[in-house]
Amino acid sequence: MAVEWYLVLSALLFATGAAGVLLRRSPLVVLLCLELMLNAGNLALLAFARSTGTEDGHVFALVVIVVAACEVVVGLGLIVAMFRRRLPLNVDELRGLKG
Amino acid sequence: MSATAFGWLILLFPLAGSILIGLGHRRWPAKTAGWIGTAAIGLAFAAAIGAFLSLLGEPAEERQLTSSAWDYATSVGLDIQLGILVDPLSVVMCLVVTGVSTLIHLYSTAYMVSDKGYARFFSYLNFFVFSMLLLVLAGNFVLLIVGWAFVGFASYALISFWYRRGTATAAGMKAFVINVVGDIGLVLAAFLIFREVGAFEYLTVFEESREHFETNEGSIVAICLLLLVGAFAKSAQIPFHTWLPDAMEGPTPVSALIHAATMVTAGVYLIARAHPLFELAPTAADIAAFVGLATLIVAATIALVVTDLKRIIAYSTMSQIGYMIVGVSIGAYTAGIFHLMTHAFFKALLFMAAGSVIGAMAGNQNIDRMSGFRRAMPFTSLALIVGGLALAGFPLMSGFFSKDEILVFAAERGGMYWIFAIGGYAAAFLTAFYAFRIGFRVVLGEPCEEAKEVERGGLAHGEHENPATGEKEDTEVGFPGSEHHIAERAPGMKIAMGVLAMLSIVAGFIQLPGVTAGMEHFLEGSFEESELFHIVPSEGSAYTGLLIGGLMAFAGIGVAYLVYVARPGLTGRLRSRMEGVHGFLQRKWYFDEAIDFLVYRPAIKLGQFSNNVIERVVVDGIVSVTAGAVREAGLLVRGAQSGFVRAYALLVLGGFAALALYFLVVSS
Repeated sequence: MAVEWYLVLSALLFATGAAGVLLRRSPLVVLLCLELMLNAGNLALLAFARSTGTEDGHVFALVVIVVAACEVVVGLGLIVAMFRRRLPLNVDELRGLKG
Repeated sequence: MSATAFGWLILLFPLAGSILIGLGHRRWPAKTAGWIGTAAIGLAFAAAIGAFLSLLGEPAEERQLTSSAWDYATSVGLDIQLGILVDPLSVVMCLVVTGVSTLIHLYSTAYMVSDKGYARFFSYLNFFVFSMLLLVLAGNFVLLIVGWAFVGFASYALISFWYRRGTATAAGMKAFVINVVGDIGLVLAAFLIFREVGAFEYLTVFEESREHFETNEGSIVAICLLLLVGAFAKSAQIPFHTWLPDAMEGPTPVSALIHAATMVTAGVYLIARAHPLFELAPTAADIAAFVGLATLIVAATIALVVTDLKRIIAYSTMSQIGYMIVGVSIGAYTAGIFHLMTHAFFKALLFMAAGSVIGAMAGNQNIDRMSGFRRAMPFTSLALIVGGLALAGFPLMSGFFSKDEILVFAAERGGMYWIFAIGGYAAAFLTAFYAFRIGFRVVLGEPCEEAKEVERGGLAHGEHENPATGEKEDTEVGFPGSEHHIAERAPGMKIAMGVLAMLSIVAGFIQLPGVTAGMEHFLEGSFEESELFHIVPSEGSAYTGLLIGGLMAFAGIGVAYLVYVARPGLTGRLRSRMEGVHGFLQRKWYFDEAIDFLVYRPAIKLGQFSNNVIERVVVDGIVSVTAGAVREAGLLVRGAQSGFVRAYALLVLGGFAALALYFLVVSS
């Protein structure tokens, strides 16, 4: 199968994730959409790796997976902390950084 | 023992003495401080004699010995050592400094005995002697600067010794500030020397500079002029002289030691030490000689009208140092150093005698109040007369030979240098006059109340008041203690004055023209490469000079006799006849006012300008403009910080999309 199909799928996944990050207000869903975007990237990396026959893409994909795992740990931790302190679970209402 | 080992010992004893007294004075009885101090300087004197003898044992051309204890710093081309130079010049200086200091310490053990700061006094005094010896023995310009600054500090501490007296602390500060101006000159000179020659050791610098510099080249003249700033400030030459008369606020032994015999001669020593540089810069040497001439005449005229006993002697010191500066600047090195030595003897003697008289006057220093001490204090009177005769250059006294040797040398060089001979002889007349203004006023005449009190076996007890301002002062801190002391009743003072009186009479004979010339032979080791050193006036002109000098002394003493003894009313008439001149001299040629106007006021104005304009307007302006700009810029961009996380995410994505588009467009 040609590499283009994989790339189109990757682009679709990425767009879905981005749209989710921009449109949804629940922090949990935003986190899920971020994961989606990362995995879209992974898919593109692996597709290119297969089509060129080198291992570099695999290595990168592994690194991205590690980063994603870390990010999930921190993100979920934050959400749990917010929940425990009874803060509103809505990204629009977390505006403490307003200048 | 080698000469350099003796050199280190000379330095060690006074330093050890100072520290020992400073640390031990709380535990030991007060009197020990005086004996430790005197013994330390006495040992240093013995070491100086040792150095002298061991130099005599060397052949004349090998009498410049150096020794280094350790390196302060060695790096690219820079080598600063804690090194000393023992050569005939420094050994002569050491002998004079330690010899006179020993006697003055001995004098102080009696004179200062009632002072509550007795131990502090001796600790300072020993520290001063150490600093002076460091200055003299230093083997390079860096160590010279160290000694130079130490001496300035010691002088400050001793002038302000009676620290509850406002005028004393003010005088100390004045001396210190003017001395620091000199220090700056010296430091800049050292920098310049290093830049040009690349070394600090005297011998290297002198060796190199002979090849490095052309005669009268700009940089060597600049070096010499900067050295002169240091020399003039230390030696109280115009225009840096105003601190010396004020320094008389210190105890009398301090005046005798620091402000007559040793510290103020440092400038003379510096010029003699750096003579290879000055011979390469004849312009600078001539400037020094003219400043010396101006000082010797100006100071001699002021000494005619001042009424404070110690200040008359202080102006006389300035004047005599003017002679020395003229001497070493025109190349009469032997004569200059010779006069330095004889002056140390008779001026210390005069100050000691003055201290004794002031003791009898219960602290009053006004010579108008003094008269007729000859029966009350025969020994002090004799000392005063012997010192006065030596100062006046009376035939066969020490000052007679040394002063005239300088002036004859000036005449021998001829041309422009005749001015120095003529001016010097004219001032010699004034010198004789004011020397006997003191002598006749104090010794002869009807005994004053205080003199009668001494004759009755008592001692006047005046109110303790500041001799300069007449203010009452507390005696908690000295003002030589609750009691005064006079030489007649204190063996220590008597011995010191007796030895100095003998030296004042006989010291001239070590350098008789064409007969002994001992000074010249010994100093040859330091000056052998100098051409000027080998100019020796013929015996005929030397004796003609002595004849003129003797006549001047007789004339001055005669006129003083006429004015103060034979016709007592004459001074008042002269004063009213020449009101203007008298006032001018009494205001000391308006030097204090001129410095006030030229330096102090502009400095205050500059300070006010800096505060009002540079600080308030310029600096504060820059700061507030910067702060304002930052605040405005912050207001501009703060709108972007909405706090909407999703808006930030949109900006990130949009930014990446724009970048991606840009690269796509560029690559296609």
